[in-house]
Amino acid sequence: MAATSHTPTVDLSLAWVMEPVPTAHWLVILPVALCIALGAILLMMRGRMHLQPLVAIPGFAVVVLMDALLLAQVVQNGPVTMVMGRWLPPFGIAFTVDVFGALMALTAAIVALCGSVYALHDINDSGRRYGFYPFLMLLLAGVTGAFLTGDIFNLYVWFEVLLISSFGLLILGSEREQIDGAMKYAVLNLIGTTLFLIAVGYLYSIFGTLNMADIAEKARAGIDGAPLFTLSALFILAFGMKAAAFPVNFWLPASYHTPRIVVSALFAGLLTKVGVYALIRVMVMLLPMGLAGLSGVLAVSAALTMVLGALGAMAQSDLRRMFGYLVISGIGSMMAGVAIGTQAGLSGAIVYALHSIVLMTALYLMAGAAARIGGSFSMTGLGGIYATSPWFAGLSLSLVFAASGLPPFSGLWPKIMLVEASMKTGSWWLAAAILVSGFLTTIALGRMFLIAYWRPAMDREEEAPPVSLPAGMWLPMIALFALVVFFGIFPDGIIRLAQIAADGVLNPQAYLHSVFPAGGA
Amino acid sequence: MEALFSVLVGLFFAAAIYLMLSKRIVRVMLGIAILGNAVNLLLFTSGRLTREVPPIISDTMDTLPSTTANPLPQALILTAIVISFSFFAFLMVLTYRAFQDLGTDDTDNMRVAEPEHPEPPPAGY
Repeated sequence: MAATSHTPTVDLSLAWVMEPVPTAHWLVILPVALCIALGAILLMMRGRMHLQPLVAIPGFAVVVLMDALLLAQVVQNGPVTMVMGRWLPPFGIAFTVDVFGALMALTAAIVALCGSVYALHDINDSGRRYGFYPFLMLLLAGVTGAFLTGDIFNLYVWFEVLLISSFGLLILGSEREQIDGAMKYAVLNLIGTTLFLIAVGYLYSIFGTLNMADIAEKARAGIDGAPLFTLSALFILAFGMKAAAFPVNFWLPASYHTPRIVVSALFAGLLTKVGVYALIRVMVMLLPMGLAGLSGVLAVSAALTMVLGALGAMAQSDLRRMFGYLVISGIGSMMAGVAIGTQAGLSGAIVYALHSIVLMTALYLMAGAAARIGGSFSMTGLGGIYATSPWFAGLSLSLVFAASGLPPFSGLWPKIMLVEASMKTGSWWLAAAILVSGFLTTIALGRMFLIAYWRPAMDREEEAPPVSLPAGMWLPMIALFALVVFFGIFPDGIIRLAQIAADGVLNPQAYLHSVFPAGGA
Repeated sequence: MEALFSVLVGLFFAAAIYLMLSKRIVRVMLGIAILGNAVNLLLFTSGRLTREVPPIISDTMDTLPSTTANPLPQALILTAIVISFSFFAFLMVLTYRAFQDLGTDDTDNMRVAEPEHPEPPPAGY
């Protein structure tokens, strides 16, 4: 009872944000918060199927708008940090956005918007009752959160958010094939994230902090005798598994062709790129010493991923499975950029990632439309699409060109950047792998176009009436196609942005300064 | 104390990996459950295990003395337990459903999505 009410004179301003958060900083958290809120609202409207897209599609449009504003703000003023619950980092959980994160978030939101429009015709009432739109909203929340967070444990949590939503989307419809695919996808991805959690545990015991900026600062200061290579190897394995890099890629072709086509499209566009993003963020920004030691391993894995992915694509007759292998092949190119590790290589990888998000989604949407016209996903079943819908065939051919890296589409520029960067560092074999995989991709996709589009329709008893695609399917495909063409013809803007992004990851002074304005914790 | 826990974590990992290499999904599930617990123990150990020093900040200090057990990993484990528990529940339901629909829990026989001899692409017109 005789406790002396001794109040220590602690200067709270060292640990707390004392002034109110500037309005502009709310943009950092709003895209994620909005996605979660809308996901909850959509879940409440589970029974009203016709209302769901009316809420979801404008919601995605608003998220795109916010991400665009965020990108504009970050390009203008440098990285922005917002902390939760007034606690300053490294104690509080920080959301820190730099150009890299904002670019990826914007592209992801655009793709999700296109997917939600396409889903009007791809997902029927039973799919909506299963909760397609809420899951999609929460998936975007997870993806955006992973791109925007500045805390490594938070990154793990966002990984889990997007993983559980992806499980829900994957088994939409509960067909036997889907359950088989989902089983493999779920088990292997869960093991992947568990590996990530192990690495986070080690990271915490080495550095004693979870804030990315704090870790980057301490890692650059150097810690003697820390098992950095073990840590880096664990991170590379975990993120390689998420990104489907060889030799931990086999879950992807086993599962990506089973769900509804729009779900496949969004998975192909978004999920593997989150792994690449995390690889770049953690290995390049947080553990540069570990990356320098393991870049040889990463480069070999990248080359094998590229070439084996393209070879796998050549062996498939199902359009969706073929594109699954193309996703893997593209991951190899991005990893090559990370392995090169120079500013040029990294900006090539970032441009490739942005291009791949848009293109892979567009390719899968195209496969869905082709199946609607031709009645099959298999090359043996398809045929005569060029004769019945020449405009659609033209659009498909352009996407095929973009995927092979032929001009004038967006696939060309990142390949040039990556080849140039790898030649500069003297790894000619990496450049050769990029070119060979591009060549093999051209053969695989060229044959796909010849057989599925050009070949006259066979064994059709009567003249089938030409199927016309609804506007809801044309619109997203044309929007994505327009992006592919625009960045193929005017690549300057996106390349400059990617260079700023790569700079920000390689030399994170601005990032650190935004988290610790006083210049150190 | 830490050394003992390290050995325990190692044993957990070994058992988990052994089980996950099995063909039977139920065993893989058990392996995943043990793996999750192994990781939780690993996180727990990374924050020092000691009861000798109470986690009290004295008047003269701003932070906890570095000899106390760090409470943050325990908060992390709490999050990780919730997440891994929910995932495990989902996976168990999925396993049961897969057993109902596919009639097997042997991964060698689960070839619906990836047929053993897929049809090759047509060689010509």
